[in-house]
Amino acid sequence: MTRRSVTIVGASLAGIRAAEALRRQDFDGSITLIGDELHAPYDRPPLSKQFLAGDWGEDRLALTQPDKLDDLDLELRLGVRATSFDLASRRLGIVDLDDQGCSGRGGRGGEEFVVDGLLIATGARCRTLRGSEGLDGVFVLRSLDDSLAIRAAFDAGPTRVVVVGAGFIGAEVAATARTQGLEVTMIESLPQPLSRVLGDEMGAVCAELHREHGVDLRTGVGVEAIEGEDRVERVRLSDGSVIEADVVVVGIGVVPNTEWLEGSGLRIDNGVVCDATCLAAPGVTAAGDVARWPNQRFGEVMRVEHWDNAVSQGAHAAGRLLVGDDEAEPFVPVPWFWSDQYDRKIQMAGRIGPDDEMHVATGSLAERRFAAIYGRAGRLVGVLGFNRPRHVMRYRMLIESGTSFSDAVAAEF
Amino acid sequence: MRINLDSDACQGHNRCYMLAPELFDTDDEGYAILRIDGEIPKDLEEKAMLAVDNCPEFAIEVADD
Ligand SMILES: Cc1cc2nc3c(=O)[nH]c(=O)nc-3n(C[C@H](O)[C@H](O)[C@H](O)COP(=O)(O)OP(=O)(O)OC[C@H]3O[C@@H](n4cnc5c(N)ncnc54)[C@H](O)[C@@H]3O)c2cc1C
Ligand code: SF4
Repeated sequence: MTRRSVTIVGASLAGIRAAEALRRQDFDGSITLIGDELHAPYDRPPLSKQFLAGDWGEDRLALTQPDKLDDLDLELRLGVRATSFDLASRRLGIVDLDDQGCSGRGGRGGEEFVVDGLLIATGARCRTLRGSEGLDGVFVLRSLDDSLAIRAAFDAGPTRVVVVGAGFIGAEVAATARTQGLEVTMIESLPQPLSRVLGDEMGAVCAELHREHGVDLRTGVGVEAIEGEDRVERVRLSDGSVIEADVVVVGIGVVPNTEWLEGSGLRIDNGVVCDATCLAAPGVTAAGDVARWPNQRFGEVMRVEHWDNAVSQGAHAAGRLLVGDDEAEPFVPVPWFWSDQYDRKIQMAGRIGPDDEMHVATGSLAERRFAAIYGRAGRLVGVLGFNRPRHVMRYRMLIESGTSFSDAVAAEF
Repeated sequence: MRINLDSDACQGHNRCYMLAPELFDTDDEGYAILRIDGEIPKDLEEKAMLAVDNCPEFAIEVADD
């Protein structure tokens, strides 16, 4: 397979790691990396943790250093958005956001060119709460600018921060706000935080963690309305209660950025649909939060919104563009992610379902220092750890090697 | 290719040993430990580079002999 050039759309984690992998695999054709943000590629996890807390500056977010970026020898086009793609003609439409509105080429500063290899890494964006979009003081958290805006709102000394959604991002924002001494109410419509992923018992462990740190956590209740004149003033809940708030952070999940691919000829269904090797169409791959593919290890079609997956899939999808169909390998990771809340390092690997068999392998739930392992159909399928990084790593390796649940229960580290 | 880990710089962000468990281990607190002594096996060089690129503390370095 000789490929002349690769165009990567989305200049963030999956995109930059893909470019690096291409060069590591000795690809010497041209690489174009297109991204609609103006910042140089940056890392998102600190945006709800160290950066939001003000402990890290912007320099700590860089996904790559200037000299390494130079070594990659790529055409980096920041502030440029892909607006269309046509599989049959392989034409990619882009618009320079600076020129938008001008009557340049293509009417609105638009441009089209034919691509050879295409790697889609446009990630995801936050869901918003309908009706709250125009109000000052209401935020979502995905980008560096979002984090800066929330940081400024925290620094202004709000009387109460309301976090809508107790998923991982919401929980981290609540933890960071509490650590700064702010009053926090967190609202979750599920009976326990994360109960859909972790089950009620572990959800309750997460709930306790927040309550012990002084978060006013309300579960099993939804948001009716976010109200205020120009600024948010209060949040009205489905149980009739009203919470006065001057800052609201909404963390209710993300949607993949695939609108620009409508009508492209690619299959879009809650992400860019790929085969087991990350191939969406001949010469087109996808990676990171935007990609959906059948993970043969788990016999499950997945779209994974974790840092580790963007790194590994970015590299895999890049390599896939350089080999023929007969050499292509399936992408079969054991998904893994971490979340830092207060002084807890929460980590999960594999696939955990509410109906799985669970065994606390070490530590205790009461102390919130433990590793719990999960079994399904006799196999080890997942591990959840609170401040047990070594155990999570070891059990993840056991998942990878296809260990039975009983062997995992008997294993000692 | 040789690998070097600066244990003083490591802040336990877990990324290296999750990306390259063949090369790194961790202590109970999550700080990284090198599994191999210096020389990187050829088939693990790619993974070593992945760890270098992803350590937020720049604690990992590789160098050609
Ligand atoms: C606040 C926060 C904290 C997180 N914390 C953790 C954590 O602790 N642990 C963990 O495992 N994961 C965490 N994550 C998740 C992790 O950051 C994501 O999984 C990862 O960023 C996905 O990378 P990506 O490159 O696929 O997508 P993204 O990072 O979303 O990047 C996609 C890029 O493409 C751009 N783009 C979109 N559409 C277009 C277009 N049409 N044209 C050009 N460019 C476009 C976007 O602007 C963006 O720059 C966190 C995420 C956030 C937001
Ligand atoms: S990625 Fe870097 S900081 Fe994190 S554990 Fe490894 S060496 Fe330490």
